[in-house]
Amino acid sequence: MAAMGSGRGTMESQNQVQSDNVDRLKLLYPNVNEDETPLPRSWSTKDKFSYIGLSQNNLRVHYKGGTQGPGRRPHLPYLHLRLWMYRHGKTHKDAASVRATHPIPAACGLYYFEVRIVSKGRDGYMGIGLSAHGVNMNRLPGWDKHSYGYHGDDGHSFCSSGTGQPYGPTFTTGDVIGCGVNLVDNTCFYTKNGHHLGIAFRGLPPNLYPTVGLQTPGEVVDANFGQQPFVFDIEDMLRELRARTRLAIDEFPLPDEQGQWQQVLHRMVSSYLVHHGYCSTAQAFSRSTGQPIDEDIASIKNRQRISKLVLSGRIGDAIEAARRLYPGLLERDHELLLLLKCRQFVEMVNGSDSEALCADAGADADADGDANGVATSVISHVGRAPPLAANGDRAPHHNGVSECDVDMPPAANGAHDGEELPLVKGMPGVTASVSALLGRADGEGCSRASVERMLAFGRDLYAMSQDLKPDHYLKAMLEDAFSLLAYSNPWDSPNGWQLEAVWREPVCEAFNAAILEWAGLRSVSPVEACVAQSAELLRRMARAALGACAFADLPALLRR
Amino acid sequence: MQQLTIFMDIESSRSYIDELYSPNQEKIMDALVTLKNSVIGSNRQKSSVIEQGIVPRLLQLMTDDCLDPNIRLEATITIGSLAKGTPENVASLVDQGTTIVLVELLKVVPTGTRLAEACLCALRSIFQQPPAPITALPADMRLLTRLTQIAREGSPTARACVVRILSIWCSGPVEQEALCAAGACAAVAALLASRGFSSPPLARALPALDLLAAMCFENANVSQVALNTRFGDKTIPELLTTLVSRDKPLAIAMGAARCLTFIHRAGALTADDTRVVFGALPCLARLCTKDMPEDIRATAAETLAYLAEVDTSLQRLAAISNHLMSSLADIVNCPSAAAKQGAFKCFASLGANDEDIRKRIIETHGLMVHVVNGMNNPEPSVRLAAVRCLHSLSRSVQQLRTTFQDHSVWRPLMQLLNDSPGTELLTVGSSTLCNLLLEFSPAKEPMLDQGAVEMLCNLTKRPEAALRLNGIWALMNMAFQAEQKVKQRILCCLGTEQMFRLLGDGDTRVIMKTLGLLRNLLSTRHHIDAIMAEYSSQVMQAVIVVLEGSYPAEVKEQALCILGNIGDGEKAKDLIMANEDVLRKLVDYLAHPESKLQEAALFVAGNLVWRGEAGAAARQARLADLGVLRALKLLRARHDAHHLHEKVKTALAQFNDFT
Repeated sequence: MAAMGSGRGTMESQNQVQSDNVDRLKLLYPNVNEDETPLPRSWSTKDKFSYIGLSQNNLRVHYKGGTQGPGRRPHLPYLHLRLWMYRHGKTHKDAASVRATHPIPAACGLYYFEVRIVSKGRDGYMGIGLSAHGVNMNRLPGWDKHSYGYHGDDGHSFCSSGTGQPYGPTFTTGDVIGCGVNLVDNTCFYTKNGHHLGIAFRGLPPNLYPTVGLQTPGEVVDANFGQQPFVFDIEDMLRELRARTRLAIDEFPLPDEQGQWQQVLHRMVSSYLVHHGYCSTAQAFSRSTGQPIDEDIASIKNRQRISKLVLSGRIGDAIEAARRLYPGLLERDHELLLLLKCRQFVEMVNGSDSEALCADAGADADADGDANGVATSVISHVGRAPPLAANGDRAPHHNGVSECDVDMPPAANGAHDGEELPLVKGMPGVTASVSALLGRADGEGCSRASVERMLAFGRDLYAMSQDLKPDHYLKAMLEDAFSLLAYSNPWDSPNGWQLEAVWREPVCEAFNAAILEWAGLRSVSPVEACVAQSAELLRRMARAALGACAFADLPALLRR
Repeated sequence: MQQLTIFMDIESSRSYIDELYSPNQEKIMDALVTLKNSVIGSNRQKSSVIEQGIVPRLLQLMTDDCLDPNIRLEATITIGSLAKGTPENVASLVDQGTTIVLVELLKVVPTGTRLAEACLCALRSIFQQPPAPITALPADMRLLTRLTQIAREGSPTARACVVRILSIWCSGPVEQEALCAAGACAAVAALLASRGFSSPPLARALPALDLLAAMCFENANVSQVALNTRFGDKTIPELLTTLVSRDKPLAIAMGAARCLTFIHRAGALTADDTRVVFGALPCLARLCTKDMPEDIRATAAETLAYLAEVDTSLQRLAAISNHLMSSLADIVNCPSAAAKQGAFKCFASLGANDEDIRKRIIETHGLMVHVVNGMNNPEPSVRLAAVRCLHSLSRSVQQLRTTFQDHSVWRPLMQLLNDSPGTELLTVGSSTLCNLLLEFSPAKEPMLDQGAVEMLCNLTKRPEAALRLNGIWALMNMAFQAEQKVKQRILCCLGTEQMFRLLGDGDTRVIMKTLGLLRNLLSTRHHIDAIMAEYSSQVMQAVIVVLEGSYPAEVKEQALCILGNIGDGEKAKDLIMANEDVLRKLVDYLAHPESKLQEAALFVAGNLVWRGEAGAAARQARLADLGVLRALKLLRARHDAHHLHEKVKTALAQFNDFT
């Protein structure tokens, strides 16, 4: 139940963990929404001074000097070149910086990157730090307003000023310097070879970019924005901040008039039970806590019955029941109907929906939801995979043993022989191995008819969607559903996930919400409204540069 | 009114106290419960009950096997409650043998019973009141095994009590080894382990950390055992490394870092071990920062001082970690003595070996004012720590010339040393004096005026070898390139008798420094003649004593060098020439298998045969007579004396009349 709504996202992240190359940055900064605020992942090829050269996926920075002006590296005989090298970088005019591609998102909470000094070059005039967008790049970080740096030649820290303060040790070839930004306290610290050197800057402005600056020939540094393990144990500090934020939340003082927790919590629980139609539980809870139930018991029971039908995959029955109980609801809300029909199609493939059942079995579909829908799929003979959720080694692509399988996305059918893989009429862009299915299905009398019924249903569904012009999300859902036809064994296909029972839950939730709305009740339960409100607040905190949002772990707080 | 209440109290208590002695067990039980309830939370009632002499009866009730177990339990709980009273209450309980009764009871009571738990609680309360009655708990293997078993498997309260008692009890190598043999390391590991994701609770982990620290302190064997003790898949150092992390309560992190420090200093973890470098050290540096409570900062600074005391790489790392120096400079300003002494000790450790760090300590943080203030602090521990810090910083030549002079650090130091200080302060203080008295130190003159010579001469008479050494060493430094009147003063004050006594000292280093002092006294021609005119017989005697005695080669070398110096004097030469014994020894040493003795003898001969000085020819003739010339020629022919050939040649060249 908790997976409702966010179900799809959860699945995707699970797949990512399974794959070999885990995005370490996602693990470090789980609360960052990269669609809104991308993380710095490399140095910017545009936001740099011309004396800077980049290589190795824009992670390595070297000092190359300019093509004109005082920093130009001329074509000279060796000795003269040495002389030029000697003189070059003597003045601050030769300094050059580069910023990362993106500023540090506040939702990181604690941001950290490391720079390995590959070579200190001639004089080791290197600066590592932060700067705001638009700060002069013909400088080492730290010299200008909104620019902060730690310099290798003297170990001083520069806080928007040309004169440094004694800060830490000097650094040189082979050292790894880390720069950490605490977005809760707005402070910055450095590390050298994994040792915390202490806070360097306080009161930092938001939206700073990781920055490095070099000044003399031969200087080369490599950055690690978190794609590789860090030398410094940043996890330790993350744990500290998480614990600190948790404590702040736990100890947050409440005004007296809002402090009647027992009452509030009872109300939340009761309304949640009612909302999801846990009728008997809600009644029992109401009896022991004295919470009133605002909705008619019969009405709750009706919703509960529909939810049960949806959750057992009998969408057609659910639609029928809804038409009887809530006249006008589905006629008015076409999108909901499309969503339901789309699921119904999936359930037909699954063999769970009553319309897919053989005529004789379908007669008493309404009688007992649990007895039906078991292994009655039109294509069950292909060898239904064991229950998908329990199958640990489910391959992301099908294994190619069945010769008729199509391993193409629905839209790209051109390359295949039209006769073997006929287009499904009325469902453009959908190829199917239906013929193969039918060929094998000959042994079972009712199967052919079932498949025909399913295809007819699909055509109707498609026609309906054409009229409705559904949004992007529904459209994608339809495509996914139709694509199931392309496989002789849909359960073992890349789109097989749709067949899992867990995907009935979002449909059920949408249906329930629509019914409640129809009845003039709240479509969202207070608990879920509260969770959604908190999540939104966290997003707003991220936009308002309040770094503490990174450590307010909502699911963990709810689990407690 | 007050009078009346007390009166009423005693009156009303009489009745139930009498019941305690009743033969009826039910009445005893009722009386005990009333008594227990009356003493809970009231020190006045506790004192009153103890004064009325009820403790022996309670002890009797506790130990009587025939009684109802509940009576025994209530009696023990009541004793435990009394043990939470004032220090006088606890002392009175101990005097009446409570500790021994409790320990005896623990030997027989089945573990896991409530009676055992009540016993442990009472015993813990008594132990937590210093001075703990350590001797009442014998290092009996059976008892200790029983106790460590409770520490492993008992109820949470029982475990916490046992471990707290043992952590106080463990105060020396005997206790450390006994506990280790009884399996205390495994018990500690079990207490430090986390269940699932939650870390061990404070009440459980803190006593365990204290016990582990007490067991590992300066004990290589126990530390080694701790290193290899596991709970689940983690060794003790690994468990400790989890506990030093930032999300743990400060007291736990502090305790864990302290254990790692002790295990390192006992030699079980090397100075470059990650658990030391990335576990203990950063944690301690963090606990010294300004955001931390003062008591934690004080302990952290002192522990860090111990961690980095000897290892230069750890000193360098600590010096750059988390602004440690600023943190320490801030801790020095804290009001408590513990914080001040912790910070001074830590500065002393950081500056022990690295000149750069010493410079930073003094330049960036203006520490000298605080050190001088610290030496005047009323608290002895702060004075000692300040002198330690000064000692560490006095290893820097540059500081001796500048900052030390600016702040006249010698003044409070001399005052401390003249003020009959303890041995430890005297040792560190006199070591510092040694450094302050080096030739280039401008502090030398004013210190002489303050009676430094007399004080140092007295030090050479101390029974402690370290103090004798520091005394004579400081005198040697003082005599180096000093004016003649200073030299005379030293000789006069020390006295030749004391000098001979020092030459017979059991500590070779003392003998070396005494000879060194003689060498420094007998330098520059003018001084040599003046001193020899007065002390010739004693000096020559001293040299002969050393040359004839069974001393190590380096001591004899020093003696020969003194001879060489004497041979450089104008009139003093004759003293050697007149002493045939010495000259024959010289010939012997020219042929000595030890090359550094050959070289020293060559130096003496060279000075004696030097041409162009009055009577050179006569001396040459006499030396040739005695075989010096032959010895030199033999030396030239020897291949193993190759490095001396140049000097031999120069000496031989002086003999041109005879070659």
